[in-house]
Amino acid sequence: LRNLSLSGHVGFDSLPDQLVNKSTSQGFCFNILCVGETGIGKSTLMDTLFNTKFESEPATHNEPGVRLKARSYELQESNVRLKLTIVDTVGFGDQINKDDSYKPIVEYIDAQFEAYLQEELKIKRSLFNYHDTRIHACLYFIAPTGHSLKSLDLVTMKKLDSKVNIIPIIAKADTIAKNELHKFKSKIMSELVSNGVQIYQFPTDEETVAEINATMSVHLPFAVVGSTEEVKIGNKMAKARQYPWGVVQVENENHCDFVKLREMLIRVNMEDLREQTHTRHYELYRRCKLEEMGFKDTDPDSKPFSLQETYEAKRNEFLGELQKKEDEMRQMFVMRVKEKEAELKEAEKDLHEKFDHLKRTHQEEKKKVEDKKKELEEELNNFQKKKAAAQLLQSQAQQAGSQQTKKDKDKKNASFT
Amino acid sequence: MSELVPEPRQKPVVPMKPTGINTNLLGYIGIDTIIEQMRKKTMKTGFDFNIMVVGQSGLGKSTLVNTLFKSQVSRKSSGWNREEKIPKTVEIKAIGHVIEEGGVKMKLTVIDTPGFGDQINNENCWEPIEKYINEQYEKFLKEEVNIARKKRIPDTRVHCCLYFISPTGHSLRPLDLEFMKHLSKVVNIIPVIAKADTMTLEEKTEFKQRVRKELEVNGIEFYPQKEFDEDLEDKTENDKIRESMPFAVVGSDKEYQVNGKRVLGRKTPWGIIEVENLTHCEFALLRDFVIRTHLQDLKEVTHNIHYETYRAKRLNDNGGLPPMTVETEENHESNL
Repeated sequence: LRNLSLSGHVGFDSLPDQLVNKSTSQGFCFNILCVGETGIGKSTLMDTLFNTKFESEPATHNEPGVRLKARSYELQESNVRLKLTIVDTVGFGDQINKDDSYKPIVEYIDAQFEAYLQEELKIKRSLFNYHDTRIHACLYFIAPTGHSLKSLDLVTMKKLDSKVNIIPIIAKADTIAKNELHKFKSKIMSELVSNGVQIYQFPTDEETVAEINATMSVHLPFAVVGSTEEVKIGNKMAKARQYPWGVVQVENENHCDFVKLREMLIRVNMEDLREQTHTRHYELYRRCKLEEMGFKDTDPDSKPFSLQETYEAKRNEFLGELQKKEDEMRQMFVMRVKEKEAELKEAEKDLHEKFDHLKRTHQEEKKKVEDKKKELEEELNNFQKKKAAAQLLQSQAQQAGSQQTKKDKDKKNASFT
Repeated sequence: MSELVPEPRQKPVVPMKPTGINTNLLGYIGIDTIIEQMRKKTMKTGFDFNIMVVGQSGLGKSTLVNTLFKSQVSRKSSGWNREEKIPKTVEIKAIGHVIEEGGVKMKLTVIDTPGFGDQINNENCWEPIEKYINEQYEKFLKEEVNIARKKRIPDTRVHCCLYFISPTGHSLRPLDLEFMKHLSKVVNIIPVIAKADTMTLEEKTEFKQRVRKELEVNGIEFYPQKEFDEDLEDKTENDKIRESMPFAVVGSDKEYQVNGKRVLGRKTPWGIIEVENLTHCEFALLRDFVIRTHLQDLKEVTHNIHYETYRAKRLNDNGGLPPMTVETEENHESNL
C-alpha cells in the first residue's frame, strides 16, 4: 500500500465531521450502573453529575433481595441529545445473607448483551437505530469506612470486572479526614490489585487525552461528595453540604474528587467507555455465548470452519425439531378431534335412542288411546243397540199392548153385541 | 421467517420510556464533548473508502479519479497496443493507496474495470462486476460471523460505483441501462456524463433530462436513492442533487495559467476548459457531492442497506451458496 501525496485540497478532511453529524442527528446512548449499599448516595451523586433532579424515592432497607431499577432520560446540551439510562441496585447490602447479591446484577448486564446479540443474529436486523441498553460504566460505591474494602465489594467487583467497565468511587467522602483518605485509597487499590480485580483503565494511547488520563488515574478511587443543595459561598451559589463546622463544596477540588469524576466519566472518556463496552465486554460475551451454543471457529482438524455452515446445520436441526413438534402437535390434534368426534357420536346415539324411546312410548300411548276409543265406540254401539233393541221391545210391547187393548176392546165390544 | 436463535431464558429488564428532561439543566455538564471525543477516535482509526469506476475504455475514468483525489491513484491505460490483446472478459483491478489530509488518514481503493463494454458481444459483461461486489460482501459477512472477531473488520466493500455515460447527446445505450438495472440494487451507482466538453450547454441540459427520464422509466434508482431519504431536510437536499444528476464532468491532471491562477484544465485551440469552474463543467459539484458531503453517507448506505440486504438473502437461502463462492466453501458444503 503506497502513501500518496495530494497535489491540492481534496476535501475528505471533512469526513470526521460528516460522521459526527450523522451520530448527532441520531442521538447518543449512555448507560450507567450504580452499585452500592442503600443510602450510600447513589441517587444524589447522579443528580449532582447531571445537574438535574431525577425523580426517585429513597429505597427502604427491607428489600428481600437485590433488584435492578432502570430509568431512562433524554438530556440535551447544545445540539447533542443524550439518551441516558441510570440503573440502580436496590437493596444491595441489606440482606443478612448476601451470597447471591451479585447475581441479579450479572444477570441484568448479561441480559442487555443478550438483547444486542439477538438483534445482531437476526436475519432482518436494524442495528443502526438500535437503542443500546448495554451498560457502559459501572460506578461502584465503596463505603467510607476508612479501613479497607468489604468482602461483598471484592466478590461483586470480581464478578463484574470482565463484563463491565468498573470505576470505583468512595462515597460520602466528607466523613473521612484528608490523611486517612490517602491511606484508604492506597489500601483499596492494593487490595484490588492483589485480588486481581480489573477496573477500567483510562486510555493513554492518544496524545491529547493521555496526559490528563494519566494524572487523573493516580487519584483513583475518586472520593466524591454529592449534593443538589446550593449554599452561598462568597458571592456565588455553589453545590455544597452545610455542616455546623463548615461547608463542603462539591466542586472544590480540595474538598473532594467530584470534578475529577465528572471530567473522566463524561468530558474525556465517555466515548471510550462506550467503545470498550462494545469491542471488549460485548465481544467476550458473544464469544462465550456462541461457544456455549456449540459454534466453533475451527473444527477438530483445525480447518477454518465457517460459522455459516454450523449456523445452517443448527438451523436445519432446529427446523427438524420444529417439524417434529409440529407433527406431534398435529397428531395430538387429530387424536383430540377423534375423541371429540367419538364423544359426539355417543351423544348422538343417546339422543337417537331417546328419540326412539319417546317415539315408541308415544306410539304406545296413541295405541292405548285408540284402543280405549274403540272400546268406547263399541260400548257406545252396544248401548245404541241395546237402546234400539229396548226401544223395539218397547214399541213391540206397546204394539202388543195396544193390540191387546184393541183385542180386549174388540172382545169387549164383541161381548156386548 | 422464524428466528434462528432460541429465545433467551429470561426477559431483559427494559428501561422505562425516556422522560425528557431538558429545561432543568442548571450548569454545564459536558455531554456535548462527546462529539469531540468521537471525532478524535475516528481520526485515530482512519477511514476506508472503495470507489469503482465502470465505463467503456477511453471515457476518461482514470483521469477523472486522479482529478477527484488530486493524485495519481489510477494509472491510465495507454490504449491497447497492437501486441496487447483486448481482454476477453471484464477484469477487476483494485489498487489501494493511503492518502492523508488535515490529519485524516484515508485508505482509498480504486477498482477499475477494464474491458467493460469493449467487446463486440457484451452480453452479461456486468456479471464479473456483480460477482466482485458480492464477493466483498461475502468476505465481510464471513468476518462478522466469526466467533472471535477482529476489532476492526477490513472493509473492502464497494461504497460507490461511478458509471460513465458516453456523451452521445441522444440517450442511454442498452448496455448502460442493463448494467444499471442489475447493479443499482447491490451498490450505490452514481452516473456521470464523461468528456462533457463535447457538448454545448443546451445539449448538456437536454441530454441530462433525457437520461434522467430514461432511468426513471426503467426503474433505476441511482444514489442518492429516494427511498433512503431519512427526513424532510435530507429529502430537499437530495432532491436538489438528484435534479442536477448525472453530473457532466471533465477531468484533467494538467495545470495551466488562467487569469494569473494555476488551474486544472484542458487546453484546446478554442480555449482552456477549467475543470473546477462551475460554468465550464460540473466536476466541482461531483467532487463536493461525493467527497465533501456524502462520503460518509455512501459508506453508511452500503453498510446499512446493501450489505444488510445481501446478508439477509444469504442467511435465508437454506445452504444454497451462490455459484461464485470461494472453493473451500464448496468443499465444506459437500462435507456437510
